[in-house]
Amino acid sequence: MSEQTQHHIQLAEESLAKQSTTLNLGPTHPATHGVFQNIMEIDGERVLSTVPTIGYIHRAFEKIAERRPYYQVTPLTDRLNYCSAPINNMGWHMTIEKLLGIKTPKRVDYMRVIIMELARIADHLICNSVVAVDTGALTGFTYVFQWRELIYEIYEEVCGSRLTTNIGRVGGFERNFTQVAWEKINKFMEGFPKVMREFEALLNRNRIFMERCIGAGPISAERALNYSFTGPNLRAAGVDYDLRVAQPYSSYEDFDFKIPVGTTGDVYDRYMVRNDEIWESYKIIEQALAKIAKLEQEDPTQKDVFYAPESDHYHLPPKQDVYTKMEALIFHFKMVMGEIDVLPGEVYHGVEGANGEVGYYLISDGGRTPYRLHFRRPCFIYYQAYPEIVSGGLLSDAIITLSSLNVIAGELDA
Amino acid sequence: MALTNEILKQKLSDKFGEQLTEWDEQYGLLTVRMPAEANLKVIQHLYDAEGFQFLTDLTAVHYPERTGEELCVVYHLHNLVENIRLRLKVYVPVEKPDVYTATKIFSGANWMERETYDNLGINFVGHPNLTRILNVDEMDYFPLRKEYQMEDPTRLDKDDEMFGRGGSI
Repeated sequence: MSEQTQHHIQLAEESLAKQSTTLNLGPTHPATHGVFQNIMEIDGERVLSTVPTIGYIHRAFEKIAERRPYYQVTPLTDRLNYCSAPINNMGWHMTIEKLLGIKTPKRVDYMRVIIMELARIADHLICNSVVAVDTGALTGFTYVFQWRELIYEIYEEVCGSRLTTNIGRVGGFERNFTQVAWEKINKFMEGFPKVMREFEALLNRNRIFMERCIGAGPISAERALNYSFTGPNLRAAGVDYDLRVAQPYSSYEDFDFKIPVGTTGDVYDRYMVRNDEIWESYKIIEQALAKIAKLEQEDPTQKDVFYAPESDHYHLPPKQDVYTKMEALIFHFKMVMGEIDVLPGEVYHGVEGANGEVGYYLISDGGRTPYRLHFRRPCFIYYQAYPEIVSGGLLSDAIITLSSLNVIAGELDA
Repeated sequence: MALTNEILKQKLSDKFGEQLTEWDEQYGLLTVRMPAEANLKVIQHLYDAEGFQFLTDLTAVHYPERTGEELCVVYHLHNLVENIRLRLKVYVPVEKPDVYTATKIFSGANWMERETYDNLGINFVGHPNLTRILNVDEMDYFPLRKEYQMEDPTRLDKDDEMFGRGGSI
């Protein structure tokens, strides 16, 4: 090409000299399912390096939380990992319970376990079906989403909302599960295994899917640990670290379940670990339902237990009491106005979120609001390994790596 | 023998003596303060000898009333084999918030330190790329410091007094 023919093209300096292409992937790209920007240097289809830019939906939750009474922080935690908001909510409630020394009754723990495991199933369903979509199979996505919808209906029946749930309160739940909620949970338990088996039949041993995923975006166990990976992404690399077993909360020690682990930490391993975790979560819910039934059989009064009695000062009274009883009205007013102080203290509480360890580092100075609250967000921590994982691989592998890591923009940016 | 808080405390005091202060054990989590200049020495020792090879969390807190040591960097380390956590603290003055970076030991510390720098302005000495990560690059202050109020300061109903910690009025 002569100098004259390209005079109208404004090329960056040295762009002709270098042999690679700069590709701006994102911030809004249909293949990234969220607000992620990556400035990639590619040579043909090989990714040489990539620089992720984050913070597009940064909402300064840590600052906002410093001026919110404790119960108003719960809706902020929803918006971290919005694919499994209930786990974040419960983790936050448990942090305050740890700070206050509230011991929740067994039935509350089991109800929480049911909701948290449903949330985990919903989150893993999204992640796995999106991996399938990015490899070219849209069918599984639309199919399992009907069951994710049913999970959302269960949330709706329990707390009134679907995506950003604000579910539960300090000490337990805002109200008991309704009959309809139990029926919907039972409907899910009856119908889901068949659907899940079909979803597995579509993908797990699918030659095209396997060829596409095996060996794509691997990370070794050492690197994953050094990068502070947690959750399914760490387990896919072969480390059996699961907070539900390592440091049980909400009576997880009562349940019998396995921790699926992978070996190579590639896309296929991450997919399979999540796939197996869905079955383990299903087993946990089954056991939780049986345990609740046993509790209620032994003691029929257990049916009305849905929050810890000692959390009275932090738990909104039932609405009908607020209208008819003086004390309930006073407590309601004090709580809604945020006039309830908590003890001073410093507490870290981690729960096993769908993507890994969701941690809450809370410093209370005895006021109504946290003095400092830091969210340990698993996505934020493991997304920094993305350049290392995708460098040297194919561009199309980088896309499925991003979806199989299950990076949620809300959790990434807080 | 399983590693417990008592044994760990004993081992660390034998090794570092007077350098480690303000031992605390709130809610079963052993907490200790280390001097800013020795933070890497302590973390490296914990990594090599005590098996704390997992950095759970890294953040900082601003205590404006603690003159001379306003900023506190907090590390949460985890020994996955013994399943025990440890919290380490470093206090630095707000005028010169220099702390050595832990990125040489933990790759995962990279973004955690950038976030801490972005929000509280801790200068991690030796960090490979200490730039803002969540906030815009043009920002010229550190928003999580306590002097920056959340709400409009002219509104009386949003005063600090309303949040239980003595208002400005």
